[in-house]
Amino acid sequence: MVESKHRWKAWLYLAPAIILLLIFTVWPIINTLHMSVQEGYNQSLAVAGHEFEYGFGNFERVIEYDNFITCLKNTMILCVLTVPLSTILALVIAVCLNSIKPLSRFLQTIYFLPYVTNSIAIGMVFAAMFNIVGNNIGNENELITTAGIINNVIEFFGGDPVNWINAGSSYWANITVMTIYIVWNALPFKILILLGGLQSVNKQYYDAAKVDGTSRFRVFTKITVPLLSPMIAYVVITGFIGGFKEYSSIVGIFGEKMGPTGADGSLNTMVGFIYNAIESQQGTASAAALILFGIIFIVTMINLYVSKKKTHY
Amino acid sequence: MKIVLQNLTKIFPSRNKKVKDEVVAVSDFTFEIPDGKLIGLLGPSGCGKSTTLYMISGLQKPSGGKIFFGDDDVTGLSAENRGVGLVFQNYALYPHMTVKQNILFPLQNLKGKDKLPKDVMIERAYTAAKLVQIDNLMDRKPSELSGGQQQRVAIARALVKMPKVLLLDEPLSNLDARLRLQTREEIRRIQKETGITTIFVTHDQEEAMSISDLIVVMKLGVVQQIGAPQDVYDDPTNLFVAKFLGTPPINVFDGRVEGEKLYIGDAAVLDVPGVSDQPVTVGIRPEGFNIDPNGTFVCNLQNVEIMGRDVSVVSTNEASLNPVIRSIVNSDNKIEMGETVTFSLKSHKVFLFSKEDESRIYF
Ligand SMILES: Nc1ncnc2c1ncn2[C@@H]1O[C@H](COP(=O)(O)OP(=O)(O)OP(=O)(O)O)[C@@H](O)[C@H]1O
Ligand SMILES: [Mg+2]
Repeated sequence: MVESKHRWKAWLYLAPAIILLLIFTVWPIINTLHMSVQEGYNQSLAVAGHEFEYGFGNFERVIEYDNFITCLKNTMILCVLTVPLSTILALVIAVCLNSIKPLSRFLQTIYFLPYVTNSIAIGMVFAAMFNIVGNNIGNENELITTAGIINNVIEFFGGDPVNWINAGSSYWANITVMTIYIVWNALPFKILILLGGLQSVNKQYYDAAKVDGTSRFRVFTKITVPLLSPMIAYVVITGFIGGFKEYSSIVGIFGEKMGPTGADGSLNTMVGFIYNAIESQQGTASAAALILFGIIFIVTMINLYVSKKKTHY
Repeated sequence: MKIVLQNLTKIFPSRNKKVKDEVVAVSDFTFEIPDGKLIGLLGPSGCGKSTTLYMISGLQKPSGGKIFFGDDDVTGLSAENRGVGLVFQNYALYPHMTVKQNILFPLQNLKGKDKLPKDVMIERAYTAAKLVQIDNLMDRKPSELSGGQQQRVAIARALVKMPKVLLLDEPLSNLDARLRLQTREEIRRIQKETGITTIFVTHDQEEAMSISDLIVVMKLGVVQQIGAPQDVYDDPTNLFVAKFLGTPPINVFDGRVEGEKLYIGDAAVLDVPGVSDQPVTVGIRPEGFNIDPNGTFVCNLQNVEIMGRDVSVVSTNEASLNPVIRSIVNSDNKIEMGETVTFSLKSHKVFLFSKEDESRIYF
């Protein structure tokens, strides 16, 4: 316990952090709450002195938007696809990296590179990779023949090129691209966490398992995974939270229209919905933000509950 | 199953390539461990006991030499396929499994024709648990057990697959004195019952002496002596072994041999026929002293401790290399509390060692 006469000192040391938190976190949250319960809140009207009625109309309006349901569905689908996929891949890669002795530092750095690369930039590279093959018309009618390395590869192996992201592409082709992109983008952080966890596991458990004649597969499922379960839980929970806030990855590939040409908004997400609303309908945006908060909160609680049952320690 | 070690050597290479500081953890260990015996591997910390066990278990590859189980060369065989039971120095119980799951784990690993039906596995797990008296703790996690209980779980896990070789790395180090005594007798009993060839590592000489059929004394990776505990105690090959075995420890003196007589200080204390004139280190077991007014070895009496049957006489002498001389004599001897005490020596309890290399000089 801090002695009471020293308590003011403790507060003093905490003050900078508390003040910053109050300004940049607590105040915006309160403000959001306040805006969300004012019917049709709009900032320019508010500045002009307009008074709004209190009520839950903003929330009703958000839920009634067709657009919102699309956004919710897209977000959910991306979460459900990318979180397990990236976690499993990260686990496998981390285990492999951990068992490689030569070049392990070098490989770890390589796997971490996407983490420090701008996601919009990566998105543009992905967009280029998934372009239609061959005769795509570029600016001023020039023929882009090198576009679409993925389709080039598919064709090389005798497959039919797929319209991944261009005008007229199917929803599931778009989702596939997004899933690959998001998984790839999410890997480094997860690998880092899991690798750290692996390196702190007592080597003697593996020695014991060897003496007990354990097969590699059983070592992985019965020893590595359970011992890593706290890290896996952490990675899954942060993965879901990140997944619900998915936005910039879509922008990276499809631009701010949030969909392939001719299907604007078909891949919009919750955060995208909030951004769309934020310019003119701050009340609606606030309500949507709070709904998103509620969803993330519930999903995280479920995650925590499940992980408490499944993790050991 | 007998275990044969042939010139077994382990060298840990130096980390820094420029500085040559490789560690020779085990050097040229040759020994045939007879079938069904319990071997005590004994030596001070860092002398290569664990390393020897790890090489036998297959967890570490020898730098040189060969290992045979029976007539099979297992040197190249990996740990998974050697089928030994190993109890680690710090148990290495799987923290996320209950005691029962821990003990079952080696059985569940069995594949193909060795695979057991589930009820047989459970039965064997309970048999192993009963052997070490933990069958009432089966549903606990290792973190909910005391050190001694964890140790016994580790032993049960090693025993459950009925290994032909059982390796125990200081399995009693974390037990209190009484439990230690009890557990070591249990280990002895289990070993006798099952007839598993067992190697038991310890740095407690008393522990090794009390339960082993044979003891191996090591120092800095080199085997010093192998033999039955009593033989090694009665007939040590060098000063290190003599000092390492026995409680209270052996008394060590500076001495010299002149004209086939052993001198400690100025007193001629013993006839040593056949030993050439030279300075020597003299080791005398505590029980090697007789209180004898006609003796020639005079020491300054410090204290007499009566311990029932025996009497421990604490004295000092200028030539002694230990701070005090401890001698244990029969309590029938009446000890006059005076300034000095006079001893004669039992010649079979007196050992001479070369000053140069500490090796034994026989007489
Ligand atoms: N992985 C390793 N790398 C380098 N040196 C090692 C390694 N393992 C052990 N050694 C060295 O080998 C020697 C023998 O070690 P070992 O663990 O066999 O000792 P020990 O007899 O079991 O000691 P203790 O009674 O303390 O357990 C020590 O000097 C130790 O420092
Ligand atoms: Mg050791």
